[in-house]
Amino acid sequence: MTFKRPDGRKIDETREMKAKVGVIKNADGSAMFSFGDTVAIAAVYGPKKMHPAHLVNLERGTLRYNYNMLSFSVSERIRPGPSRRSQEISKISQWALEPVVMVDKFPGDVIDVHVNIIQANASTRCAGINAAALALAHAGIPMKDIVSSVSIGKLDKNLVVDVSKAEEDWEEGEGATDIPITMTSDGKITHMQLDGKIEGKQLKEAIKMAKKACKEIYEVQKKALKESLEEEK
Amino acid sequence: METPKVTVERIREFLRHGKRFDGRKLDEFRDLTIETGVSGKAEGSARVKLGDTEVLVGVKMDLAAPYPDSPDKGNLMVTAELLPMSSGRFESGPPSIESIELARILDRMVRESKFIELEKLCIKEGEKVWNIFIDIYSINADGNLLDAAGIGVIAALKTARIPKYDEEEERVVYGEWTKDKIPVKKDTPLSITFHKIGDHIVVDPTQEEEDASETRVTIGSCSGVISSMQKGDHFALSVEEMDSIIDLSEKAWKTLHAKLEKALK
Repeated sequence: MTFKRPDGRKIDETREMKAKVGVIKNADGSAMFSFGDTVAIAAVYGPKKMHPAHLVNLERGTLRYNYNMLSFSVSERIRPGPSRRSQEISKISQWALEPVVMVDKFPGDVIDVHVNIIQANASTRCAGINAAALALAHAGIPMKDIVSSVSIGKLDKNLVVDVSKAEEDWEEGEGATDIPITMTSDGKITHMQLDGKIEGKQLKEAIKMAKKACKEIYEVQKKALKESLEEEK
Repeated sequence: METPKVTVERIREFLRHGKRFDGRKLDEFRDLTIETGVSGKAEGSARVKLGDTEVLVGVKMDLAAPYPDSPDKGNLMVTAELLPMSSGRFESGPPSIESIELARILDRMVRESKFIELEKLCIKEGEKVWNIFIDIYSINADGNLLDAAGIGVIAALKTARIPKYDEEEERVVYGEWTKDKIPVKKDTPLSITFHKIGDHIVVDPTQEEEDASETRVTIGSCSGVISSMQKGDHFALSVEEMDSIIDLSEKAWKTLHAKLEKALK
């Protein structure tokens, strides 16, 4: 018997993905990315002079990532401003992008990536990274590749792609395991986290599923970038 | 203070020949000693030395309202402070991202493995539960603070006693303890960090080795069941490399678990 997901999706099916480049006029680059109800917007400013001065890295540029959830993006209002959770996600997302951003091209400078979650229904860090990758490309920052991010869930014993809130809160059987993964288009892992309970063999399966899903996300990102170029013509 | 580039090169060169400066194998941990009960005021505490890396971990408890999403469970809070006294690299001030990440990785190691039976730490559902604070301090940082701190967390929890609670006055009687220990499972989760240096995966790096590391993956597991994981740092890993780290994690847990049991005796 195949496993039934709360919203009727196939196990390897993401929610409807939308991507749009150029959503914030002031920014050097910007983008929106959504998985169903989870909506992230990203804006890139830079490269620009690093401030404060003691953070200047003369060998290579700095990528600075700021992940934030709007207070009204979830049912129970979250206190505005940085939290321990948001600071950790910012760092993890920065690491997810750094392997592809050619920071050595702008020593002493900083590129600021601001990501805001407007509406949250799980997988917010993944949507944020997808939007950020697009915004960086849109800003014309030299990049070796683009990254794509997706969460793999294990609900009881079943692996699923792109976890929703209802799935994140899964309680039956072995409960929920959440595995957000970010990959380059050639399948290298730049970010991976896990919360829950899983054995090594199945975890390797999950990575395979992520690789396939990231390819689909990559296509959506590529399409959005192409569309933005056509609009500019 | 910083590891010179020439040293980093030497570390890589050594690893190409399967060697480390201190003669350890790639999957070998440094000597581990654990002293528990280092603070008589704490409910539980431990000093962990892993080679020259030293951390102190203390457990304190008090009463609080439960979180709305877990009205019948105790609360858990893990914090870490990387003390300036433990390394020239750390500065005083608000918590650094390094300390926040370390605490959150170990919080999830404890929480996701369900090591503490938090449901047994409820006094009155929806109103009053025990708070468990686990506080980590670095005393001497010579690499792999993360795993040393994880061992300290487990050792402190395993030896922690629940303080007396005055039901009439509804307050904790500090300095007096019940005979009850914090309810923890027999199966011990451990947090183990794998570092990629060149084409090699090593465990328990010294500070110099950590500086040569390109990327790391921390796995919280127990007997082959993985319950938490985090890849850190800004270099990519191939799927094959990640798969081999997952494969290594089970044996590494066995090795470190045996060391922990021995050190706790």
